[in-house]
Amino acid sequence: MLYIKCPYCGLRAQKEFSYGGDATVKRPNINEEVPSEDWDNFVYMRKSPRGKHIELWQHIAGCRQWIKVQRDTATHEIFQTAKVTEEIR
Amino acid sequence: MSQPFRLNKEGLINRNKKISFTFNGKKLFGYEGDTIASALIANGIHLVGRSFKYHRPRGFFGAGVEEPNAKLQVEFNGHSEPNVNATEMELVEGLSATSQNCWPSVNFDVGAINNFLKMFFPAGFYYKTFMWPKSFWYKIYEPFIRKAAGLGVASIEKDKERYEHKFEYCDLLVTGSGPSGLASAYAAAKNGAKVILAEDKPRFGGTLLTDDVSIDNLSGKDWAEKIITELKSMPNVTVKNRSQVFGYYDHNMLVMFERVSDHLEKKSKFTPRQRLWYIRAKETILSTGSIERPIVFGNNDTPGIFLSAAAKEYMKVYGVLVGKKPLIFTNNDSAYETALEFKKNNVEPIILDTREEHSSELIDEAKSKGIDIRFSHGVIVANGYKKVKSAKIGKLNKDKNSFEKIETIDCDCICVSGFWTPSVHLASQSGNKLKYEEKIDAFIPDKKKQHETSVGAANGSFTLEESLKHGFENGSNLSAKITETKTEISIPNVNEKKYGAHDKFWCMPLPKNENPKRFVDFQNDVSVSDIEIALREGYRSIEHVKRYTTLGMATDQGRTSNLNGLQLVSNIENKIVPEVGHTTFRPPFTPITIGTIVGREVGMEYMPTRKTPMHEWHEKNNAVFVDAGAWKRPRYYKQGSENLFEASKREAKNVRENVGICDVTTLGKIDIKGPDAAEFLNRVYTNAWMKLPVGKARYGLMLREDGIVMDDGTTTRISENHYHMTTTTAQAANVLSHLEYYLQIVWPELNVNVVSTTEQWAGAAIAGPKSRDMLSKLYPDLDVSNDALPFMGYKEAEFFGVPSRIFRISFSGELAYEINVKSDHGMFMWEKMMEVGKEFGNQPYGTEALSTLRIEMGHVAGPELDGRTIPSDVSLNGLVSKKKDFIGKNSLGREAFNVESRQKIVGLIPIDRKSSIPEGSHIVQDQNAKLPNPKLGHVSSSCWSVENNNPFSLAIMKDGKNMIGKKFFAVSPLKNKSIEVEVISSHYVDPEGKRVRS
Ligand SMILES: [Zn+2]
Repeated sequence: MLYIKCPYCGLRAQKEFSYGGDATVKRPNINEEVPSEDWDNFVYMRKSPRGKHIELWQHIAGCRQWIKVQRDTATHEIFQTAKVTEEIR
Repeated sequence: MSQPFRLNKEGLINRNKKISFTFNGKKLFGYEGDTIASALIANGIHLVGRSFKYHRPRGFFGAGVEEPNAKLQVEFNGHSEPNVNATEMELVEGLSATSQNCWPSVNFDVGAINNFLKMFFPAGFYYKTFMWPKSFWYKIYEPFIRKAAGLGVASIEKDKERYEHKFEYCDLLVTGSGPSGLASAYAAAKNGAKVILAEDKPRFGGTLLTDDVSIDNLSGKDWAEKIITELKSMPNVTVKNRSQVFGYYDHNMLVMFERVSDHLEKKSKFTPRQRLWYIRAKETILSTGSIERPIVFGNNDTPGIFLSAAAKEYMKVYGVLVGKKPLIFTNNDSAYETALEFKKNNVEPIILDTREEHSSELIDEAKSKGIDIRFSHGVIVANGYKKVKSAKIGKLNKDKNSFEKIETIDCDCICVSGFWTPSVHLASQSGNKLKYEEKIDAFIPDKKKQHETSVGAANGSFTLEESLKHGFENGSNLSAKITETKTEISIPNVNEKKYGAHDKFWCMPLPKNENPKRFVDFQNDVSVSDIEIALREGYRSIEHVKRYTTLGMATDQGRTSNLNGLQLVSNIENKIVPEVGHTTFRPPFTPITIGTIVGREVGMEYMPTRKTPMHEWHEKNNAVFVDAGAWKRPRYYKQGSENLFEASKREAKNVRENVGICDVTTLGKIDIKGPDAAEFLNRVYTNAWMKLPVGKARYGLMLREDGIVMDDGTTTRISENHYHMTTTTAQAANVLSHLEYYLQIVWPELNVNVVSTTEQWAGAAIAGPKSRDMLSKLYPDLDVSNDALPFMGYKEAEFFGVPSRIFRISFSGELAYEINVKSDHGMFMWEKMMEVGKEFGNQPYGTEALSTLRIEMGHVAGPELDGRTIPSDVSLNGLVSKKKDFIGKNSLGREAFNVESRQKIVGLIPIDRKSSIPEGSHIVQDQNAKLPNPKLGHVSSSCWSVENNNPFSLAIMKDGKNMIGKKFFAVSPLKNKSIEVEVISSHYVDPEGKRVRS
């Protein structure tokens, strides 16, 4: 079971969190015309890297904040966690 | 009754307490502190089971977790457990043990005929024998394999025992209380670290209990006791015996299995049987020691053949002799200690040493005591069927592959030592890539992967001095980093015997024309020739060889067989062992009970139960409940001998004719506040929200970004910047996360807060033509007329003195209201409604009637919003704004969503107006068409229309709207039904929606 450092609550067990996918995907702006290829990329296309991956988790059984986690998808090593407003290098 | 193999004084057992037990029906006794194994050996019993494949007689081989043979069916404390390791299970009064895998008895076993038919059971026999014909599988092959493969028998009784889970955090977890473990724990404890020391066995000390050493002028055993006593007195230390750390998981999470009370005769009602510990450790010391490996020779599985260290442990810990005429067969010095222990107990051993004549401290001592030592010697084959009687031994030539001399000598046991294998299982589980250490012919941990530090024998250090030094150093350094204090500890003076070099010898050759079975893996009956066959047939990867031969795949995980298997493969393949590699180590290290894994999560505690504040009333009034997620909802209220169909029909009819009330507390409720709340809702929902006035509710539809409908519900504007959103029961949690996602990540500039208030409000729906009359009695001072409180209106008012919210919304299609009060007032509200509603014919209705009402109105719910439908599929495109943007809008333009033949919601009625249509039925043109019959759609919801008194269903059908008036078949192969149906509008009752506005 992973041990995830919530930037608000500290280290907590994985079972308090739910996974939210790739954190680097940016939703096209609302009320703006979006080329359909961009939209399709946003909705459907995801990379599945082996190695470092910046992803979203939500601390559902805690502070309910969405957070960013940089994790190695092969080893589960977590390098860094951050608030969603913060950048991960 | 005497115990012929019990020594007079030796051992750590309590001779003042006799314990009686039975083995295969025979009454026997042992002492407190015995294992089943030590007590049986004391009684001269060695034949305990039959082997897995060939049903060969098997006896004890080890004295602990390494035991491959002695797995028994054991009954104690009222339960029966299979595959119990007799070398680990402590004796308790009244215990009854029986042999497994033998019929009719261990002494006469029919299956042993397999032993004479062994040519039929070569490597891969499962794969080869049971290939063809396919039809033989169910009736012939599978029952045969199951019978042959059977070990013990799992109990079918309910397990009455209590099991617990515990979560723990510590600075340092030490796994194993041998010298290096004790030293690590002690040093860390002195630095003020929070330490957990886990020992698998009942007694602490590991090899200190059996080795002839002294530390600071104390015997090993006394030193261990001194350290343990001090550790126990320290508040920062938890010391646990009978506790096996069996798994090393991600982020330094280790899991431990504690046998809390299996060894106790009496225990309190609340004492668990076993406990599972989840331990998050900052650092881990792996002081798991090593396991002696055997040397392979002919008939090496005969009862009476032991690992040499096990024979010593039986003498030193249990005061038991494994035999009185021992042969010691070794390639190293450690077995000399066993020989010396025999000698001390007046038993004359003969040592067969594969090494050429040489000298070392132990050899010299054995010589000086007059022990018969034969160098360049080894056991070729053991004689005896149910017990060793003699051994054919040979003097090896220099090449160690042929014999100078062969003779047979009498013996009643053979104690074998092929050197030591570090227990690297936990290190490997943590992700550590192991490395091969030439010096000891075994794998040891390599670079740290997580926070695992292996010390002592587990790291390949086989001297006490080195083990203690590494233990103290690592315990101190690792903990000092955490506690930032370092207490100096002087490393104690050690007195131990120096071992000479071992012989890299692991398998005895055979003389020409002799071909006895030579087992590598006892538990799975894998012999040298099985591995040879696998390689001959082209298996190369060690993982493949393992699966083909089943080498190391039994419950002992090949603890005594893995390395010899690797040696064999490397010899035949002419590769060095590190090139062959090792198989993967996986948790659990030892088998653990299912009860422990489950813990307290059984029965009612399996998952949380959510009950509404009115639950007790429903119970008292014969509600039959249905699970809605964790919620319990009344499905119907049974009157007299009614069944589900009759009751729900009555309840639904009463809503259509009079008035009914329904507990709707379970609906998800989300409180939305902030100056940008309207803008937020406008983006979340497909319809327009900017102009909703205060005091009004609106029905809303939300999509996922891919255009699929996510959820629906009403949202009410309570005040300028305050909204109350409702969701379906099933989607409540997902919708909240969805809203939080957009507020926190996508549009953080919106000043809005959301919070779940599902638990805070109790809700009741009042529905039916008489609901306004009833409402006016509930709120005598309030104007509830159609003008004052119109459809989708909202009011706040006191309900008999308690604050309440009134929403004029409808799920049933009737004139209806929903009242919310604080949860604490829920029961009060409900009882008042029942009392006041009497004169209007009010009856409570459950989810089944609720479904009927919404289905015949054509109101979609979960079965239609199944994650595959877009708004136009379910006739909700009227709610999709063309003017504004919202979540998922861009996806609605996708080509496939807009083709003419796109699926649409329709209604179905059976042509005979009688046959109800099973949910999930497929709609087909021709019920007799050749398969695969093209599917035109599926039935999503079915009910008995109370309005029209015939069955009615909703269906999602290709090109649905153009099918109206046509006839099809709804077929359900599952229910073996085919019903001719006519397609009609999905709005079967009140299609104009007049009633809700009346
Ligand atoms: Zn948190």
